[in-house]
Amino acid sequence: MTKAVAFPQDRTCPYHPPTAYPRTEEEHPLTRVTLWDGRPVWLVTGHAAARSLLADQRLSTDSTRDDFPLPTERATAVRRRRRAALLGWDDPEHNAQRRLLIPSFTLKRAETLRPRIQETVDRLLDAMEAQGPPAELVSAFALPVPSIVICDLLGVPYADHEFFEEQSRRLLRGPTAADTEDALARLEGYLGDLIDRKREKPGVGVLDDLVARGAEDGGPGREELVRLATILLVAGHETTANMISLGTYTLLRHPERLAELRADPGLLPAAVEELLRFLSIADGLLRVAREDVDVAGTVIRAGEGVVFSTSVINRDASAYSDPDTLDWARSARHHVAFGFGIHQCLGQNLARAELEIALGTLLRRLPGLRLAVPAEEIPFKPGDTIQGMLELPVTW
Amino acid sequence: MAKEAVPMRVSIDADVCIGAGQCALTSPDVFTQDDDGFGTVVPGREDGTGTLVREAARACPVQAITLHDLADEPRA
Repeated sequence: MTKAVAFPQDRTCPYHPPTAYPRTEEEHPLTRVTLWDGRPVWLVTGHAAARSLLADQRLSTDSTRDDFPLPTERATAVRRRRRAALLGWDDPEHNAQRRLLIPSFTLKRAETLRPRIQETVDRLLDAMEAQGPPAELVSAFALPVPSIVICDLLGVPYADHEFFEEQSRRLLRGPTAADTEDALARLEGYLGDLIDRKREKPGVGVLDDLVARGAEDGGPGREELVRLATILLVAGHETTANMISLGTYTLLRHPERLAELRADPGLLPAAVEELLRFLSIADGLLRVAREDVDVAGTVIRAGEGVVFSTSVINRDASAYSDPDTLDWARSARHHVAFGFGIHQCLGQNLARAELEIALGTLLRRLPGLRLAVPAEEIPFKPGDTIQGMLELPVTW
Repeated sequence: MAKEAVPMRVSIDADVCIGAGQCALTSPDVFTQDDDGFGTVVPGREDGTGTLVREAARACPVQAITLHDLADEPRA
């Protein structure tokens, strides 16, 4: 009998799924893996099974349940006691939280933000060009673009970006459980103070709108506002920043695809969708079964943990032909890079707009863009957090 | 992409919709989002005339979209 592989695994190439996970072409869409604490859980790698399970509300995202699968000791330290807003709740509580935010994250709202995103991207590239090559693209471009955009949208002062970027980094990849807990406490303290100031003196932004809703009967209380603000701020910049850095690295490693995109910028929306599928940076969605669930001939028992590798799911050959090839001409629709079901990413329309503008403008303005050091030397993130580049030295 | 050949009626369950906007992204001829962010059928397109309607229904993360094939239903 073979020993179950551990979850999560590090990627060996930053844009390919971890090689240790079974590919669905070779194995059943559900296999057993082992968490850091030795607990066995189900790993979902099949596309059809994933869509069915992610849409199934018999699976819970309540991280305070003892049987909820958490991928690291530090995540357990934080999430076993405190659940994140939105993602940590099942319906009906989740639905009430999400409905507060839906009007702020529509396609139309994302469209109206495009000129501001373009302005931000241009300003950062102006600064990079003025400085001259080489540059470290994560700190000069990939992180500040979404950080400035989410600050603008939420009504958070960007002047505080070094503080909240640092706390987000520690929250998602802190070295110890104590460090992660401290980062969350600092972030919540900061956002609590900001919300109190907004109650006194309302400004313009999604957080101001939420504060106004909080003043209504039955509206969100201070603690709920703080938790909503925390997840919006963290999820709003970390994810997109990683897509920009890893997306750029991937394009530079696929010169033919890069040339196609430069020759025809009309391909950008399709390219962004394909990059979302191909890169699947949120590569570890987590659930626990509230009751027995039968899927693809397997019974997941009540209380069993279920983890999803979105990168393997989005490379399922029964859903995408030649799935390991980056291809702008394919229909990348129905990928689960943003999840599926009630928790599907609230910010996905904003993310698509940011990625189209950031990647499109970067390629257009820096036609000589290339890696400044050999690709193999560039560090990327370990498997237990959002995937992306730790650094991206480029020149042009 | 061919237009849908079978006559149909498109509806969205507003209680189920989570405002992800996938319908309007996939098939903007037929779907849009109202001011509150919920998916709605573009007025006059309840018959599903447009492209990628079935893809849009499949893209909905919460299966809020129903496509009624009128050919299968008795005439009112």
